[in-house]
Amino acid sequence: MSAAARPHPYAPTGAGRAIETAAAWTLAILWVLPLAYAVWAAFHPPEFTTRFTLLAPLTLDNFARAWIAAPFGRYFLNTFVLVTMILACQLVLCTLAAYAFARYAFRGRDVAFALVLAQLMIMPDVLIVENYRTMAKFNLVDTIPAIALPYVASAFGIFLLRQTFKTVPKELDDAARVEGASALQVLLKVYVPLARPIYVAYGLVSVSYHWNNFLWPLIVTNSVEARPLTVGLQVFSSGDQGIDWSIICAATLMTSAPLLLGFLLFQRQFVPSFMRAGIR
Amino acid sequence: MTPARHTAAIHGWLLLLPAMALLALFTHWPAVATFIDSFYSTARPRRPSRYVGFDNYEQIASDPVFWQSFANNLWFALGTIPVSIALAMVMALWVNDRIVGRTLVRMAYFTPTVLPMIAVANIWLFFYTPQYGLLEQITGLFGGSSRNWLGSKDTALFAVTIVAIWKEAGFFMIFYLAALQSIAPSLAEAAALEGASRWTFFRRVQFPLLMPTTLFVLVNAVINAFRMVDYIVVMTKGGPDNATSLLLFYVYQVGFNFWDTTYAAALTTVLLVLLAAAAAVQYGWLERRVHYR
Repeated sequence: MSAAARPHPYAPTGAGRAIETAAAWTLAILWVLPLAYAVWAAFHPPEFTTRFTLLAPLTLDNFARAWIAAPFGRYFLNTFVLVTMILACQLVLCTLAAYAFARYAFRGRDVAFALVLAQLMIMPDVLIVENYRTMAKFNLVDTIPAIALPYVASAFGIFLLRQTFKTVPKELDDAARVEGASALQVLLKVYVPLARPIYVAYGLVSVSYHWNNFLWPLIVTNSVEARPLTVGLQVFSSGDQGIDWSIICAATLMTSAPLLLGFLLFQRQFVPSFMRAGIR
Repeated sequence: MTPARHTAAIHGWLLLLPAMALLALFTHWPAVATFIDSFYSTARPRRPSRYVGFDNYEQIASDPVFWQSFANNLWFALGTIPVSIALAMVMALWVNDRIVGRTLVRMAYFTPTVLPMIAVANIWLFFYTPQYGLLEQITGLFGGSSRNWLGSKDTALFAVTIVAIWKEAGFFMIFYLAALQSIAPSLAEAAALEGASRWTFFRRVQFPLLMPTTLFVLVNAVINAFRMVDYIVVMTKGGPDNATSLLLFYVYQVGFNFWDTTYAAALTTVLLVLLAAAAAVQYGWLERRVHYR
């Protein structure tokens, strides 16, 4: 959409425009209302949680109390390790597999590709019972790798990168090989740099998905040492302080803060990335 | 096979190997094992697991909680999918027009997408709290009576459905936005020359051109309706009286609260069959009716 373009013939004008703007803003306000309410409760003393006066004193006390009440530092570390581990493994495995699918012709390739795509329908999120048994067999229950492993070979990542690698001109590949580059060198020097925007998009989607993932980590962890933030937050807010909303809101905002801040700061990259990467 | 093709095949499979091994271990094998396990009884301290044929499936057929979860899931899907898709389309149309502050508006719509489900659930739990929550205060202003939205069998599923719509609409919006921006401006000019009204332009031009996006969004929405149970765990634990139990939540409950793993496996099989059927319908039947450029 360039600024110099002629006005769109169906762009609303006059009263229509005013109504549309008002409607869009009303919906937007409704959409941020629950979050705004949580922000209010988190930054004000408990006695102002449901009393909305402009003069209510601001405080960070709720955050301090939440931080002391549960090992959030450890949870942050666990989530950070988890998300990094998953993304690093996903990038390596998906790149290799996508390269094979995009640029190698071999018997069984199409069957293998169909088997990969099957994961888009049979997601790890649904296979919780069997995957738990597998983890128990490997003695991995209550470890961070157990949370990560079912998600590492991502059908979605393989598919996305394969589509991208297929658009790389074959001549570039051939030229590099003529100069004596090995298959892996070609992959690293030609394909990976050209697919960079896709890597960024996939990375953002993967990080936010696994930062937010809840059910599987809830099942497979049961100690502070392995619990990610989402599960820690649930244990915290369903525990003893179940009634103190100002602390729960503070803890909730704290756990969402890194993603939320990242989103607000890099809004322009975030939205197209989610668009490009489609399903998570 | 020539030697060159031979090495290519070996290289290809070597590149695939790590990903395929993990997929087999954590997707293909568990899917098959789920199916096999569903024909066995759960091992108990003094009763080892044994082959029981279709017993687990017969148990499902006569399990009122299963049928309630199934019905809940259907109502939940029927409530979230059309509304969130329609809202997403309207949001995209609005944000696509040059309204005042559209960057802010777009951000507001998209924000729920980046919040963790669990955070969303906590915030809405607070929002819905009887006597105390914001919703209660607003209805109180208008003289409405106090209501326990999540604690009452009549309103709990509805309350959860609203949360799902709130969470999903903004995510789907961005796909519509991308599709709208790729529609050639000349189409709008041509339609305007023909004297088509804005409504006609939407119905005859924009809407049909958005159909592939709608199919894509629909597939995602259906999968999410059966997969997203995080907020059930946090907000209602399936209650009151199973009024908000969804299928995957029931699997979780049977598998990890009651530890009846083979019954949970049978339930998982049913869920997978439902997902596969939904996919078959959408790709087989709908795709033929979708207008492709």
